[in-house]
Amino acid sequence: MDVIKNAINKDKNLAQLLVVFLMVFVLCTALKGSMFLSVSNLQSMGKQFPEFGLLAIAMAFTLFTAGIDLSVVAIANLCAVLMAKLLTILIVPDMSSSAVFMMIAAACLMAFIVSVLCGALNGFLIGVVGITPILATLGTQALYTGFAIVITNGSTLGGLPKQLSATVNSGVMGIPVPLIIFAVFAAIAAFIISKTTLGYKLRMLGTSAKASTFSGFDNVRLFVTNYVLSAVFSAAAGIIMLGRFNSAKADYGASYLMQAILIAVLGGINPYGGKGNISGVIVATIIVQMVSSWLNMYEDISNFYRQIIWGGLLIFVLIYNYVANEREKKQAMKG
Amino acid sequence: MNLQKTVKSTEFYVALIILLLCMVIQMKSGQFFTGNNLVDIVRAFSVPAMFCIGEMFVIITGGVDVSFPAIASLSMFVVCSQLEDVAANPLPYFLVAMLIGLAVGILNGVIIAHFKFPALIVTLGTSSICFGIMQGVFKSREYPLCAPLKEFGEMNLFSATNPVSGLTSNMPVGVVLMIVLVFFGWFILNRTMLGRGIYAIGGDVKAAQRAGFNVFGILVFIYAFSGCMAGLIGVLRSTMLLAVHPNNLEGMEMTVIAACVLGGVRMTGGKGSVLGAMLGMALLIIVDNSLILLGISTIWKKVFIGAIIIIGTAASAIEVKRNERKLAIKMNEGGK
Amino acid sequence: MSDYIIKATDIKKYFGGVKALDGVNIEIKKGEIHCLAGENGCGKSTIINIISGFYTPDSGTIEIDGMKYEKMNPKQAIANGVQVIYQDLSLFPNLTVMENLAINMEVAASRKFVSKTRMRKIAEEAIAKIGFEIDLDETVENLTVGMRQMIAISRALLNDAKLIIMDEPTTAITKREVKALFKIIKQLQAQGIAVLFVSHKLDEVFEIAERFTIFRNGKNVAAGNTKELDQNKFTYYMTGREIVSSRYEYTRENAPTVLEVKNLSLKNGFKDVSFCLKQGEIIGITGLLGSGRTELAETLFGYHVADSGQILIEDKPVEIRSIKAAIEHGIGYLPSDRVTEGLFLSQPIADNISIEKWHEYANCLGKIDRTKVEEMTRYWAKELSIALHNIEDPVGTLSGGNQQKCVLAKWLAIDLKVLILNGPTVGVDIGAKFDIYELVKRLAKQGLTVIIISDDLPEVLTNCNRVMVMRSGRLVETLSTQSLEESHLAELAN
Repeated sequence: MDVIKNAINKDKNLAQLLVVFLMVFVLCTALKGSMFLSVSNLQSMGKQFPEFGLLAIAMAFTLFTAGIDLSVVAIANLCAVLMAKLLTILIVPDMSSSAVFMMIAAACLMAFIVSVLCGALNGFLIGVVGITPILATLGTQALYTGFAIVITNGSTLGGLPKQLSATVNSGVMGIPVPLIIFAVFAAIAAFIISKTTLGYKLRMLGTSAKASTFSGFDNVRLFVTNYVLSAVFSAAAGIIMLGRFNSAKADYGASYLMQAILIAVLGGINPYGGKGNISGVIVATIIVQMVSSWLNMYEDISNFYRQIIWGGLLIFVLIYNYVANEREKKQAMKG
Repeated sequence: MNLQKTVKSTEFYVALIILLLCMVIQMKSGQFFTGNNLVDIVRAFSVPAMFCIGEMFVIITGGVDVSFPAIASLSMFVVCSQLEDVAANPLPYFLVAMLIGLAVGILNGVIIAHFKFPALIVTLGTSSICFGIMQGVFKSREYPLCAPLKEFGEMNLFSATNPVSGLTSNMPVGVVLMIVLVFFGWFILNRTMLGRGIYAIGGDVKAAQRAGFNVFGILVFIYAFSGCMAGLIGVLRSTMLLAVHPNNLEGMEMTVIAACVLGGVRMTGGKGSVLGAMLGMALLIIVDNSLILLGISTIWKKVFIGAIIIIGTAASAIEVKRNERKLAIKMNEGGK
Repeated sequence: MSDYIIKATDIKKYFGGVKALDGVNIEIKKGEIHCLAGENGCGKSTIINIISGFYTPDSGTIEIDGMKYEKMNPKQAIANGVQVIYQDLSLFPNLTVMENLAINMEVAASRKFVSKTRMRKIAEEAIAKIGFEIDLDETVENLTVGMRQMIAISRALLNDAKLIIMDEPTTAITKREVKALFKIIKQLQAQGIAVLFVSHKLDEVFEIAERFTIFRNGKNVAAGNTKELDQNKFTYYMTGREIVSSRYEYTRENAPTVLEVKNLSLKNGFKDVSFCLKQGEIIGITGLLGSGRTELAETLFGYHVADSGQILIEDKPVEIRSIKAAIEHGIGYLPSDRVTEGLFLSQPIADNISIEKWHEYANCLGKIDRTKVEEMTRYWAKELSIALHNIEDPVGTLSGGNQQKCVLAKWLAIDLKVLILNGPTVGVDIGAKFDIYELVKRLAKQGLTVIIISDDLPEVLTNCNRVMVMRSGRLVETLSTQSLEESHLAELAN
């Protein structure tokens, strides 16, 4: 009991999020009852949120260092597109199933390697050349999307081996595969940010790049690692999207960029850097998914209303955090 | 002294690059300096260039507004779809669109100025809300343009025909609006105290407050202005396209911001000129145009734009870095 | 008509439940140069804000040139001739000198349109008031701090100023610029303008001020003629303690050489610097701003890489090409700008102090043992008497002196051979200052070698056994501090 109390005190933000999570869960269940709580719905949610959850974590990494990565969706799409292209080349019609799986694994590896290169370019432009993150990733977003357009010739790539979509759309003991992938990646991200020297250093970098230099840290290495991590998580999202949509396109998930920022900010990541953790982002992802699924259950509310809600929610969260912070500050000064 | 400053400025470099580019394209394709191509360039230039004016006001104060495509699209669609047959002349359509844009802009400005949230994130939020309202509430789709606006769009200042290709391009009356807006923007920034206030806020917000500037008012103004203009430009665009394409402007925020930065408007605030922003946008438009003339498939467009943004911002970042770390001890060279 | 330009009586000001001013008085005669001194948080800024109309006192009266006010707004203050020059000068670095000079007047006159001719006229009038020559079309960010100060003063004089309040004007300017500033202040006095000078540097108080007022904890503790003031009284008024500081005696014989520098040079930094430090010495490096002393320190710390010359640690030549390398060789550095370079203000005290030990406290996966972090933080907080609430609080909530102790703790936690302190007591209250001095001396006696870079000559003389003087990038003299006169040292530095 004490452990929980300590944990809550340490991270008021997470505690608040869990309360919101519970409230939303109760609301959705109350309003849509058995439809919401059904196994099929839970599974469906578990299949849908990993892709933008991973993008949110990718975004969180870069917001954490007072930067931003506008190229996360572009990287996801580029990796998916390259994977699709590679698979159509590698896979011949009468290949054995195990050989197909090997090819898929090889393609995944290639996707991650490409993402590391993309992230390294981002990190280089920001850490070495010194371009501000908004502009650097603005440029690379165009570049990466541009490459994806060239490779796909502007159209959708299909012809993927059925094993890929079959795997991604299936489950292990009822747990959807994307959710498992998400859980593993999210756990790694949480561990890195909150518990390791790398995470500590990134937090310091996000607070003051100058003080970081004077503490003997290699800011260039930190920036590159930071943006490579973001890119790798984006690639993971891209792979899941490739499996779920069974196709690749240069501009899938355009709305995911805004959602990623929303979830990261909702999850407690301060866009000015140096504050927040991944557990908050995970809870925020699930909250957003629940609201999204719940809205879907009303036939007469078109999907576009979601955009209004995300935008409004983002601003609301900012204001709420601000008011809460001011109240805390006032209390600290009195004491 | 003044000549030295001019030669070292970003605007000069960009102008030089544009000049070189034009000459290269002319040499390779022979089609660049033709009447109809130049008219096409001006047509393609006008809408984003107008967005640049409002956007640069925001960037100079250290902020960034990514909601203007959404505001423009929303205003335009609402006006074109809801106000059909309301009036015979185009004016009320423009005015209503400007009012809608003004309202959203004021919302942006008040939230950003009062809470001091990062402008990027707030305007991302309002952008999402606007597109959501347009697509959800108003169920946007391709729509025929109403008569008064169509007539306005079909009025031409002049036409230019290419003798070789036989293609004709028309210079729409809307271009006059662009010239007026650009001049208006220049006037505000350079000839009014409001403009000095915008630069002052970008230089040092605290000092601006102490100097007596109404910082809150100025900040709300620039976002309101950007929004209001976005409404106007949205309708203008529909007259230039002679159609209502509600999702066409998505993504333009990136090109506009890139153009401003390429033209010397610093993201950190306090610096930038209308000339620079216009040159930056001209560069992007000409690059785009050149791809067509040089026979490079348009699927390469984004790659080129991305490369230019990266190279342009890298050049300016390197320059800033070089000045930062400069050691400047005046040394006593000879012995003790 | 009164003799006094400002008479503030029994001023009380509360913020929330906190008493910022508890019935203070301050009286400034017309044309007088008056110094206001006090530690951080004593209420100096509050009283200035009240005199200039930004805050309204909760009780008490303000008399400006004989006229009584209970409430006053900034516009009235300005109309009455009160001008404030803040420590940050409130200039616009991206605008020209001319615009900076004229903008306040233009805004005050509610101008809508820019008139370059009118602004130029205003600007020329401003700089004529103190005979300051400058290119009006130059952008302010290209100018030195000293010149910016002149611009701020010129601007302040435009409004028929009767009282100019300067908040810590000498912090970031060279000694030569300080002299120029004092000359201007005397000029202003000749014109009948009073100057209220906020400073905690005693030598300046003596040099320029006729009368002084000292606040402590929101109350008056002393006021009078500066002729009646001396170092001990000043310290006592400021801190409420009798502080006796002892000179540092270095008596070790046959101590090993810890750091040797041979002909070290850095382009546009310093040239041909050579010196030798034995273990346990505290050596001072002094010189004007721009003498190359900070550049030398930063090179020893690896922030710059020397062009030529040698650095030897414990008689072994080393290559210091990065800060990481410097730390590995046992060199630590307390930068002059503690706030941006030395600490992560919004981050927990524990993280700030333990920062150089993280890789030691991490396992093979990189996971940091948080209990070790907490342990070492509590240890050092006790060792250095850092007054804190909770080790997870942001370090920015601590006072200047305690923040400085955190930076010290960070370095002491690792095995240092040489600790370089650059301006260690800038922005630190007098009480904490002496704590830091005693601490440094104790550490040196325990075997740490210390370099103190400072332009506070008394600080250098009491804490160092030797002092090196730098001028224009060269090391001009190395002296023992025993029986060294402050005036001689000042001469050498200039």
